[in-house]
Amino acid sequence: MGERLLTVEDLSTHFFTYAGVVKAVNGVSFTLDRKETLGIVGESGSGKTVAALSIMRLIPDPPGKIVGGRIDLGGRDLRTISDDEIRQVRGNDIAMIFQDPMTSLNPVVKIGSQIAEAIILHQGKTKGEAWQMAAQLLDRVGIPDAAKRVNQYPFEFSGGMRQRAMIAMAISCNPDILIADEPTTALDVTIQAQIIDVIREMQERYESGVIAITHDLGVVAEIADKVMVMYGGRTVEYGPVDEIYYNPHHPYTWGLLGSLPRLDVAEKARLTPIKGQPPDLIALPAGCPFSGRCPYERKECRGEWPALEIVGPDHGVSCWIPVDERHAIREKLPHFEKEAAS
Amino acid sequence: MADHWNSGPRDERGYRDDAGNEITTSIQDIDGRTTAEALTEQVELGHEETGTARKPLGLWRDTWRRLKRNRLALVGLVIITVFIIVGAIEVVAWVTPKGYLAPYPPNEVNYALSPEGRGSPPTWSHPFGTDYLGRDILSRTLVATRISLLVGVIAVAIALIIGLILGPISGYYGGWVDSVIMRLADIFFAFPYILFVLLIMVVLGPGFQNVFIAIGILGWATYARLNRGSVLSVKSMEYVEAARAQGASDLRVIFRHVLPNTMAPVYVAIAMGVGGAIVTEAALSYLGIGIQPPNASWGKMIADYLSYFWAGSWWMLTFPSIFLVVTVFGFISFGNGLRDATDPKLKE
Repeated sequence: MGERLLTVEDLSTHFFTYAGVVKAVNGVSFTLDRKETLGIVGESGSGKTVAALSIMRLIPDPPGKIVGGRIDLGGRDLRTISDDEIRQVRGNDIAMIFQDPMTSLNPVVKIGSQIAEAIILHQGKTKGEAWQMAAQLLDRVGIPDAAKRVNQYPFEFSGGMRQRAMIAMAISCNPDILIADEPTTALDVTIQAQIIDVIREMQERYESGVIAITHDLGVVAEIADKVMVMYGGRTVEYGPVDEIYYNPHHPYTWGLLGSLPRLDVAEKARLTPIKGQPPDLIALPAGCPFSGRCPYERKECRGEWPALEIVGPDHGVSCWIPVDERHAIREKLPHFEKEAAS
Repeated sequence: MADHWNSGPRDERGYRDDAGNEITTSIQDIDGRTTAEALTEQVELGHEETGTARKPLGLWRDTWRRLKRNRLALVGLVIITVFIIVGAIEVVAWVTPKGYLAPYPPNEVNYALSPEGRGSPPTWSHPFGTDYLGRDILSRTLVATRISLLVGVIAVAIALIIGLILGPISGYYGGWVDSVIMRLADIFFAFPYILFVLLIMVVLGPGFQNVFIAIGILGWATYARLNRGSVLSVKSMEYVEAARAQGASDLRVIFRHVLPNTMAPVYVAIAMGVGGAIVTEAALSYLGIGIQPPNASWGKMIADYLSYFWAGSWWMLTFPSIFLVVTVFGFISFGNGLRDATDPKLKE
């Protein structure tokens, strides 16, 4: 892959509330290269969005606070630079596409003006130039009649078009890193595919690195080069996308994959849900956060957090079950049966 | 017919009166349109939807549609319009050499009139009568409109500027900033209003500019508190986060992305506030520390002519009073209508 864009080391973000300290992200590390797409998957409340917002320092403070780690962007630690500097990073070096296009555009500001905002802020263009660029960007993300559309308000756009406009906003300053927080969750299935195509196209054109946050493993399979599986604010497994799908090591990853419908598995195979609820982030279990829900739990799991174990090229997992036993358990799972046979 | 609900025979199609003739059911919906009118409107709307240029109703069009059905609010709007036109003409006339636009000079003592002519009841040449110095009541009342208009506009503008800077900052930042600003607003609310204005007027000294300033300075707390509430709900919207993610500064986020989305309740408060400012100016002038003689203001005229009213000269007091009451009524009924029209809970 290309040059290294972002290195996140041991990032921890906690929220200090009346009820107690919500440990949303606990020591997460990952890297992102140019033209690479990192998929972060996990259930609601697993810390995916907080991790992404922490990178841009968009965590509402108070109550949130980045309590540890380093966020290295081109040699600068985004955690410690001044407020003015981080504002220059936002929208310029790192841009974000939000989840719900219906609520993430300002209803009283024209589309063109919203796209032009970052251009004016970061590139010192005049209003006229910025608006012209806004029209070009709208055209680029596939909105017909863009010259007219820039003068419209968000309520005149459909959901899919708004998400395209959001993407136009995000790419307006040609950012190195594009964070897409569940970019397709609020859209129809047919529109989802289009939006994914647009994001990929923009990634190719601008040679950005993309962080795609989603709980939709289908989306991840389609766009990600590597995947990070988060649970209880920690990374439980990471690796190249094929490894995660065909050679997963963590019981939670098995659970995620097992709860996906598939066409190529024997008809008898039933979807297996992951039993139980995600952990309370205020009172996380002492050891592995998945203990308590994990069907293969053993004594060690409650004791200490298992260190990341390298099980393949660029593939890590943190689990107390020994590798041989993991393979044995996995082969018996209905979801992996057919593959094991073939 | 009055009690046909109880006594008259009824069938599924409608009601029959005593003679057995079918009564056309002319049900009126809440805004007084008959069903037929409502249907026509629906048909028109349906037609509009098939057109290529169809747009969803914007906030203002939607509000206007519902305001139109509120007769009291429309009456208020007409009163406000007339008031603004008359007031604006007088304000413009102020800078002309003549200084006013009325049939007679408002402040000049008219010695040409015979002693009997002074304080005369309404006549053809003086429709509202004259006062004890022979000044034309109509002219004075009309010229006084400009004071009321100016106090309404300038005082409310001062209050708005302060309120819409402090309110959003208070709501957006929260924490100690919020506490300080809101406790300050509490202090302003805690004092009896008129007493507080009196105090400031005593400090500033009489004169009409000071009336504007005093009323304006005291009005900010209402707008600040009202707006802070809306900001609290708007600041957690995703588009605010999106603006921050674009690198916008706090001030830019507050005044460009948050504030414009919190304005609907403020417009209602403005309509009410103008009425309130006019009354306050009248009260101050009535108490003798507002507009100074010989200039006319409605409150000042009411104060001056009160004793003559008890002596039987009813016209001097009555006409400015009516103007004051009607104008304030106009603003309040329009404000009420606007509030109902923008209230999503009342949407049909």
